Amino acid sequence: MQTTLEPTKVPTSDISVPTSQKLRIVIVGHVDHGKSTLIGRLFHDTNSLPEGKVEQIRKASELEGMEFEFAFLLDALLEEQAQNITIDTTQLPFRTEKREYVIIDAPGHKEFLKNMVTGAASADAAILLIDANEGIQEQSKRHAYLLSLLGIRQIVVAVNKMDLVGYRQERFEKVRSDYTEFLGKLGIVPQHFVPISAKLGLNITKASPELEWHKGPAILEALEQFQISAPPDDLPLRFVLQDIYRFDERRILAGRIETGSLQVGQEIVFWPDGKSSRVKSIEEWNAPEPPTSALVGESVAITLEEQIFVERGDIGSAPDHGPAEGREIQASLFWLQNDPLPLNVPFTLKLGTQSVEARLVEITRVLDSSTLEPLAGNPGIIHKNEVADVRIRARKPIAFDRHDRISETGRFVIVTGKRIGGGGIIREADYQDEMRLAGAAENLTWTVSPVTRELRAENFGHRGAVLWLTGLSGSGKSTLATGLDYHLHRRGIFSYILDGDNLRHGLCANLGFSAEDRSENIRRAGETARLMAEAGLVVICSLISPFRADRENVRKICHRDGIPFGEVFINAPLDVCEARDPRGLYKRARAGEIKEFTGISSPYEAPLAPELELRTAEHTLENTLLDLTHFAVELSRIPEPQIAEELARGAGI
Amino acid sequence: MDHLDQLEAQSVYILREAYHSFSNLCMPWSMGKDSNVLIWLSKKAFCGKIPYPVLHIDTTYEFPEMLEFREWARKEYDLDLIVKINEDARAGRGTYTQSVGYETHDPVTVTHELKTVALQQVMAERKFDALITGIRRDEDPTRAKERYFSPRNAEFEWDYKDQPPEFWNQFTTAIEPGEHIRVQPLLDWAEVDIWRYIEREKIPIPTMYFARPGDDGKKYRFRSLGCWPITKPVESTASNISEIIAELLVTKTSERAGRAQDHHERNAMQKLRAKGFM
Repeated sequence: MQTTLEPTKVPTSDISVPTSQKLRIVIVGHVDHGKSTLIGRLFHDTNSLPEGKVEQIRKASELEGMEFEFAFLLDALLEEQAQNITIDTTQLPFRTEKREYVIIDAPGHKEFLKNMVTGAASADAAILLIDANEGIQEQSKRHAYLLSLLGIRQIVVAVNKMDLVGYRQERFEKVRSDYTEFLGKLGIVPQHFVPISAKLGLNITKASPELEWHKGPAILEALEQFQISAPPDDLPLRFVLQDIYRFDERRILAGRIETGSLQVGQEIVFWPDGKSSRVKSIEEWNAPEPPTSALVGESVAITLEEQIFVERGDIGSAPDHGPAEGREIQASLFWLQNDPLPLNVPFTLKLGTQSVEARLVEITRVLDSSTLEPLAGNPGIIHKNEVADVRIRARKPIAFDRHDRISETGRFVIVTGKRIGGGGIIREADYQDEMRLAGAAENLTWTVSPVTRELRAENFGHRGAVLWLTGLSGSGKSTLATGLDYHLHRRGIFSYILDGDNLRHGLCANLGFSAEDRSENIRRAGETARLMAEAGLVVICSLISPFRADRENVRKICHRDGIPFGEVFINAPLDVCEARDPRGLYKRARAGEIKEFTGISSPYEAPLAPELELRTAEHTLENTLLDLTHFAVELSRIPEPQIAEELARGAGI
Repeated sequence: MDHLDQLEAQSVYILREAYHSFSNLCMPWSMGKDSNVLIWLSKKAFCGKIPYPVLHIDTTYEFPEMLEFREWARKEYDLDLIVKINEDARAGRGTYTQSVGYETHDPVTVTHELKTVALQQVMAERKFDALITGIRRDEDPTRAKERYFSPRNAEFEWDYKDQPPEFWNQFTTAIEPGEHIRVQPLLDWAEVDIWRYIEREKIPIPTMYFARPGDDGKKYRFRSLGCWPITKPVESTASNISEIIAELLVTKTSERAGRAQDHHERNAMQKLRAKGFM
């Protein structure tokens, strides 16, 4: 496709406009209160229309025998942009001398909420339009409520059609006082109320004599005062962890600083677990020198001094002013999806990068989608386009903030099926962690059946599993097993170690070290592990278990009963193990004091396809332990569909 | 943070979300300016390591200079590069009864067969569940309503009338079997932002973007790069990035005029995109 440029033309536009940055505004209000007319006016009065456009529309109107209206301009623009493409335009740019603007989401959508939320959530400012004659109407309320939920704080109210009420100040003041009261309930305090006539162009770009009693700015003057939304820089640190990368020896924590700032050397605490470390470095590719600090809004990659277990979803903060944590949140939510959202049916709640199974445990009130009045009775369900106050219970603790305190970590979306169904903001957050205690007392209302494995898993917050650590004596099995046990315990995962030596003191005391006895030893350990996993524990089996067939047998035992099984090969070369020789066993085996010692006088059959291999001679204990912990956490994670089905059955839905 | 910093931070955030969300991610790479910005942002997002394959759909009508650039960049960036050609279409075998090319077919057909179909072939072969694309909202009206994470069905179709909501940086990451997600980290960037970023970061790009003397004594440069039979240079004296940016700002009005192409071309874009073109 060839494009013609006119490179020789002398600059007429403001060449100092550095980038594409624009103030994004959304214009909302009740139907027929003048949205289209106002947009047409803004375009016209800022000379943002193509040349001849007004004349063209004026002529077309005359031919149709109609009076010219500015609303036609918008229609024409939309039509032009939408020509041959059956989609509605979402971005209408215009500019003033000061800067560029974009009007997001032109009015006229039937699918009001879904598209408007997507567009308006990124708006810097809003114009709430209200008819001077009609005053507050349904959508005047609903749109305002939505703006409050979306956290848009730069708002100007345009009281339109002043020409139809004789430019009377009393009428304007009446609307202002009524609407101020209503908006106040939503926590909205508009920066300005401006009496206008979009049709006649009064108080659009500058003060008009007809409305000389108005001492405030005209609409455009009010807009020019607004700021392009910048992330707040005076809030405590919230570092939202996206991922942990191990592309090389570095263990890199990637995430975004949603609020606050971060310095190399500072202590950082990760929630909801509360583990802490210090920031060792800020990694940046191609940087002349590594940064020592990072600011709000930056996507960064950091490394830590101490290797602590953190995972995606964690929120990092400074030691004080951390987020709240708990399993329950009180929120206001809006629902966009056709399928309604009922009580007690599980969904995925996403907050920051946390993603957790949750459900509504209480719907405090549902507001009628048209009147915004609370519905009578307790509906127990939230329908499309309704907004509601709810109590949500998550399967495991999450970190969060109150929306009015830190909005970035105080809002969430709800995913049902595979799509975002709605969003919400958190109204209450107990920063003393009392909520979790209160929530723990509440029991599940739908427990009816005998205790199945799934229900145990629900109680534990994870499922039972068997991790089978195999490797030579001295390869590091016991060290890793105990380390893992500790890490899992810290994370609230119930675990237990089955150690080969320990078993031989009791359950397997009658067994020797012949190939046959070794097999029986493994079989008993495997069956025991299966039972304990059935009971819901994560069983860490630490046995040399030199023979492939024996290990495969345990795998079969577990899989037969649907127990997740992970074979972990603790791999260290024989000479390294022998050099370590923590208990002097190799020395004794070499001296012939121990018969059939694996690696010396008895073979070790290395796993062919272990689920995890840890090379303890090549990597640090911290790193291998982290890999192992990560693996164990994943293995014990309850698969999403299983939860959903089980809960749905239990809830009788 | 200035505006470019903000755009960069958001794109990096999106790339990292994509890498986390999908197990088999791929980044088509045209070697054009936007595409090279994406490579650069990927290096930044993952601290120097691009953890997904980069895909060049080779139409066999590539400018030699572009292929040179490809090989240079493959080494320079340590790319896991996949080069895909719709061999059947070029050779006129398989489902093709004759060779498809600009010599014999119209540009819409050729673009569809050698780009979109080639992409579909490689998607089927490699089972990618998400593609990172470099499209921008300001490029074309059909792209204005795009999402950062935009689902495509098994036929590559885009259901623009019923798109999932996307707000507060929460994206559509779950897909049905056969679906894939288009991840579009540059959606909010404007053409001028791309150039300013290339200038700021000193990102290598093919030199065909800069003005060179033509046979008629005038100077020309390429404003976008595609297959050589249908990509024509524009008259321009911009020989460095600052001059290109200055040119863009000056020619703002004619740029809009350029976008309002004749109906054949407008239809062409829509037709291509409806069938899975980026």
